[in-house]
Amino acid sequence: MSRNFNLKNKPEHNTESRIMNKEIFKDFLIKYAEIGIKGKNRYLFEDALIAHIQSALSRVEGKFSVYKTPGRIFVSALEEFDFDETVDAIKHVFGVAGICPIIRLEKGDPEDLKKSTVEYMHKMYEDDLSCTFKVFARRESKNYPLDSMQINAVVGEVILGEFPNLKVDVHHPDMIVYVEVRDHIYLYSEIIPGPGGMPVGTGGHAMLLLSGGIDSPVAGYMIAKRGVSLDAVYFHAPPYTSERALQKVVDLAKIISKYTGPIKLHVINFTDIQLAIYEKCPHDELTIIMRRYMMRIAQHLAEECGALALVTGESVGQVASQTLASLGCTNEVTDLPVLRPLIAFDKQDIVEISEKIGTYETSILPYEDCCTIFVAKHPVTKPLRKVIERHEGNLSEVIDDLLKAAYETERIIEI
Amino acid sequence: MEIYLDNSATTRVFPEVAEFMTKIMCEDYGNPSSMHHMGVEAEKYVRQAREIFAKILKCESKNIYFTSGGTESDNLAIIGATESMKRRGKHLITTSIEHPAVINTMKHLEQEGYEVTFLPVDKSGVVRMDELEKAITDETILISTMHINNEIGSVQPIDEIGKIIKQKNPDALFHVDAVQGFGKIPLYPKKAGIDLMSMSSHKIHGPKGVGALYVGDGVRLKPITFGGGQQDGLRSGTENVPGIAGMALAAKMLYENVTSEAEKLYELKERLIFGALQTEGVSVNGIDPGTDLQGTEHESLRNAVKSAISGTAPHIVSLSFEGVRAEVLLHALEDRGIYVSAGSACSTHKPEPSATLKSIGLDKSLLDSTLRFSMSEFTTPFEIDETVKALGEIVPMLRRFTRR
Repeated sequence: MSRNFNLKNKPEHNTESRIMNKEIFKDFLIKYAEIGIKGKNRYLFEDALIAHIQSALSRVEGKFSVYKTPGRIFVSALEEFDFDETVDAIKHVFGVAGICPIIRLEKGDPEDLKKSTVEYMHKMYEDDLSCTFKVFARRESKNYPLDSMQINAVVGEVILGEFPNLKVDVHHPDMIVYVEVRDHIYLYSEIIPGPGGMPVGTGGHAMLLLSGGIDSPVAGYMIAKRGVSLDAVYFHAPPYTSERALQKVVDLAKIISKYTGPIKLHVINFTDIQLAIYEKCPHDELTIIMRRYMMRIAQHLAEECGALALVTGESVGQVASQTLASLGCTNEVTDLPVLRPLIAFDKQDIVEISEKIGTYETSILPYEDCCTIFVAKHPVTKPLRKVIERHEGNLSEVIDDLLKAAYETERIIEI
Repeated sequence: MEIYLDNSATTRVFPEVAEFMTKIMCEDYGNPSSMHHMGVEAEKYVRQAREIFAKILKCESKNIYFTSGGTESDNLAIIGATESMKRRGKHLITTSIEHPAVINTMKHLEQEGYEVTFLPVDKSGVVRMDELEKAITDETILISTMHINNEIGSVQPIDEIGKIIKQKNPDALFHVDAVQGFGKIPLYPKKAGIDLMSMSSHKIHGPKGVGALYVGDGVRLKPITFGGGQQDGLRSGTENVPGIAGMALAAKMLYENVTSEAEKLYELKERLIFGALQTEGVSVNGIDPGTDLQGTEHESLRNAVKSAISGTAPHIVSLSFEGVRAEVLLHALEDRGIYVSAGSACSTHKPEPSATLKSIGLDKSLLDSTLRFSMSEFTTPFEIDETVKALGEIVPMLRRFTRR
């Protein structure tokens, strides 16, 4: 069967499916993108990445060694392992730009390299493989008889001899055969894309306001992708919200924790505060005032756990409480930066990410969350801060006790 | 404190049943199909179970088949019967308030080319006999109705339905979903003209995952599962011996004093309704809508309740609470250890309102304000009083906080 490839083997294209012989690999080269430019702090980022890959692989059967050489991180299987399971685990680690299954060769002489390359190509591809390709050699260690240009020529020639339907295209090849000469020679031709981003924890710590909806898990995922580790807070409102609604949030936190690493989920009983707002404040301002108290509580919890920012799933104009006026109104009660990674995203785009990271199915389970139970038919869309503040004043006699009581209900679930 | 008033969802297993099953699982674990002594012993339990059911239903052992539960019994009865009768006609009749195990099986058959009539019910949840009579034609091959409705506790006049069927089309088969009625109101298939009757174990203090199907003499069913040919080839698969034996023991225990238990349950039902009506804006579903239960004097209200519930299921009470969301009330009761159900627990977390409540013409505003309280032999008057007290406190509190 002939194969025509339109895809380039760059990280953004997934060519995993064309790997024929997964059994031949025991080693992976991990490509990382932005870490490479972090100057003197680079080792911090690399070490974090190694730790996260190790932790992801600890859930996979088999023993692995994860180590770095200058400019490269490697994963080597020390015993029997499952290729797909292993790759999938590494795919969840932020900071990984690509996963390259590699063949490690002793340096030997160029004849050995030619032989091994041909052998590799035959194991990987059908004999009538039909596409364009080039060889891309890098010689980091100079004690090898050929320089990179010579390697390109020699290896390209033997490949052409074995695969009659291949053509060389040095500008836009469908496939690149990489030959890296270091302490060993590393040979690879497929790059499985990773999630990109930065290793979690290298960007500090933040507090995610997690509801059971579609948006907030995606917001958490996106911020974690920039290297930020997370605590999360969920506002529970029994009897208006059920135990299953809480379970749903725990499930969502579990799903994103595959990317973000362990999450401490703070559960706060918010019912009494909500009822007090309901009784004492104008009904069309209920949601906005409620969200202001959520921000205040989140800030309090953030300060306790050393989080430097709040993270929400808000997106401009999505609902009444997310108009610019409303966002300004909720924003002003906290002096922490409020990170809103979805701020300019359309709902459909958010849904697509949630499907990709696996939270969508759980998010759409029909349990009421505390934001919707008392929502007014016509909530304010242009709240005036002065007016909101004045109406919040109606709570002044009870709110301190209510907040204190709410903090006392705090439960922490380790995800 | 735990007050479990969700017995129509499932029941606590009798300790005797659990003990009996443990013994069978640990000691007499043979396969009834095995030729050796262990197999014979296991088969004995299944045979005994059949005999218990035969005695309760006043039929022969050979009329009893064991399944994985009420849903499978309904499926086997309806699909098995239509498959074997499809050359005689393509018309099926059922009601609009059936359990999903029947409704969805019927809908499946509709897509397969059968014509299905869904009979309406009156405001108390009972099928109108004139509508039934009109619906039966020469083409009709099966009529399926439930005995006791799982959501509102209305009881269908099974004897009368049986008679009408035999008059209008004696060839048509009569299936009764008796999952909620079994163990509460005795029903004798032969006497009532029933050809097929479904029963479930976990509604009668037996284990989950087992049920029974009565198949009348001469009724031909096509199997819907295929395998080793157990149970006359109608229901292949190794018999769930401990489950079957446990279910039969539970049934036996229940039927020892089924009449006096039912009386006890009626008293509790009356107590609960009377108590709940002391709070304003509470109404009762599944009773004759002609009865005026609002604002009546004490003694006369008691009598009115008593007469309104006669002829309904002894263990199911459906109440609507004006201006209160059922789910919220449910969780508030849960906070006090009282477990009830919103609509029907069998329809897991479906946002759409209950078809049964719609069918009895319940006011739209009450569809989402209705709870089901279902009792068992374990329920005590004290538990009912606690529930009434909780309702009296929670309902007015919740009404203060509603969506505006």
